[in-house]
Amino acid sequence: MLIWGGASFALLLLSAVVSLSLGSARLPLADVWGILLSRLPGLSHAIQPRWPDASEQIILKIRLPRIVLAILAGACLSLAGAGFQGVLRNPLADPYTLGVASGSAVGAAFLILTGLSFGALYAQWTIPIVAFATGLLSLALVLRLARVQGRIRMETLLLAGVVLQAFLGSMVSFMVSMSDKVINEIVFWMLGSLALRGWSFSAVLAPYLAIGLVVLLGYARSLNLFALGERQAAHLGIRVERTKLTVLVVSTFMTAAAVSIVGIIGFVGLVVPHLVRLLAGPDYRLLLPLSALLGGAYMLWADTLARTLLSPTEIPIGVVTAFLGAPFFAYLLRRNKHGARG
Amino acid sequence: MIEVQGVEKNYGSAKVLSDVGFQVNEGAFFGILGPNGSGKSTLLKLISGIEKADAGEVRLGDAGDGSGRAGRLVGEYSRKELAKWLAVLEQEALPPVGFTVREVVEMGRFPFQNWLGEEAEDAGRQIDTILAKLGLQSLEERTIDQLSGGEKQRVALAKAMAQRPRLLLLDEPTTYLDIGRQIQLMDRIREWQREAKLTVVAVLHDLNLAALYCDRLLLLNRGRIVGVGSPQEILTAERISEIYGIEPLVTRHPALGVPQVLLQPHAEERGSGER
Repeated sequence: MLIWGGASFALLLLSAVVSLSLGSARLPLADVWGILLSRLPGLSHAIQPRWPDASEQIILKIRLPRIVLAILAGACLSLAGAGFQGVLRNPLADPYTLGVASGSAVGAAFLILTGLSFGALYAQWTIPIVAFATGLLSLALVLRLARVQGRIRMETLLLAGVVLQAFLGSMVSFMVSMSDKVINEIVFWMLGSLALRGWSFSAVLAPYLAIGLVVLLGYARSLNLFALGERQAAHLGIRVERTKLTVLVVSTFMTAAAVSIVGIIGFVGLVVPHLVRLLAGPDYRLLLPLSALLGGAYMLWADTLARTLLSPTEIPIGVVTAFLGAPFFAYLLRRNKHGARG
Repeated sequence: MIEVQGVEKNYGSAKVLSDVGFQVNEGAFFGILGPNGSGKSTLLKLISGIEKADAGEVRLGDAGDGSGRAGRLVGEYSRKELAKWLAVLEQEALPPVGFTVREVVEMGRFPFQNWLGEEAEDAGRQIDTILAKLGLQSLEERTIDQLSGGEKQRVALAKAMAQRPRLLLLDEPTTYLDIGRQIQLMDRIREWQREAKLTVVAVLHDLNLAALYCDRLLLLNRGRIVGVGSPQEILTAERISEIYGIEPLVTRHPALGVPQVLLQPHAEERGSGER
């Protein structure tokens, strides 16, 4: 537990530092470290600032907030994916494949485009809540669609997700086309982007992540029993319906928060928990915290690639994660057809 | 221990159980028999509280005042209370998960743990004893997806034992096992039953297996009780022929004296076979 946690945390920190030094403006490594260390309490006097002011601006106002936001969003989406997979007992469930991300995007896009709360001081706070509502609605719809004779099979769930995604996606596109706002910016949001998000966005996302993490960790042992099947979980003393509802709602809650801030970023919640499972086993007490840490690292790398690969042009991060995630999804699908379900 | 009265259960417009009533005494090995679709498994689900009866009542336990009266309605227990009290062994023992044998057996302690997964007693020793008893020590660190069907069923039994229930419900647990493993599993359950004064209610397909292990049988057909009694009383050629539509020979087991059912092809097929 400690070894895995420590290793993941170290990896996350290392990734953050490396990512911090990469970017279109080349900054010497020494300056990056100097700027960072000078901000640590107690060290601020020991280090003489020998770097240009612009460097400090780039590090503290542009790169650092972006990195923190990537980590938070990655953690949210990975945790949500782990939660969905746990209660639906479906390794292919994630915020994106279930259509929850698209559902949340509809709500968020509506507010952003109609400007109902745009520009207002608390727009940042209202958008996630509306996105949460539409996300929940679409989750309910997908589960309803996927239920055949009281059972939710993996194939029907995926189909229902695809159908809903297509429908909701067209709604968002429609809203975008009716809007007179700068199309480019909105399309970028839809494809997922972490560009030009200051510290305040992280401040919005952090409480969602904290609440979600705590609640899910509280259900970690229940999720372990869920792996044996709903009936067996019930026989072992779990209130199945209540656990399911709570975990689904909390996972949607985190998805909505992430989507409303960074847009639709697919497959993170699919890839990360699965890799963690391969590395550290199926125990949710370990799987959840590791998914959060490594989800942060994964998203951070995806974003770093997105902003550096074709620098100074940025690739939308959703494009990067889909490029990595979709083949992975195909691999999982094939493996699941041959091997075990659940 | 169990008191079922006037129970009725419908799925949509289909009547699955009607007017079912019986009692199971503490320490009994009680078998529920019947053809496919007779409502056996539904009856078990009502007893384990997974489903609710549309009419009638199921009471579990005893009143606790020594009067011998039946206990509370099953719906009045919380899931966790029930789990401390009754365990269920199912047809398909365990899905192929990545948990180790030991971890799965420990899951049987879930209802006794607080939210941190801690327990007042030392559960580790109990688990060791159970694993040793079922010969699972050498598999302890293997994951479930690497086990054979028989091994999985043994792990499921170990998990049920870890719950230390007073009532064990079996839902055709021998279905996917070969005859050797069937007898092995049933022997282990009976041994446990005698040691722990456990009450066992078993839904079984195999009439002969039921006659060998159960001291009382309940025969269901189309959701109604056809009879409750000892294997001798229940397993008669006429009853079996009436319910299953076959013409069996019922004999006495030469060593144990319990009835055993011999199957034979239909008379006309026998006739045609002679030609």
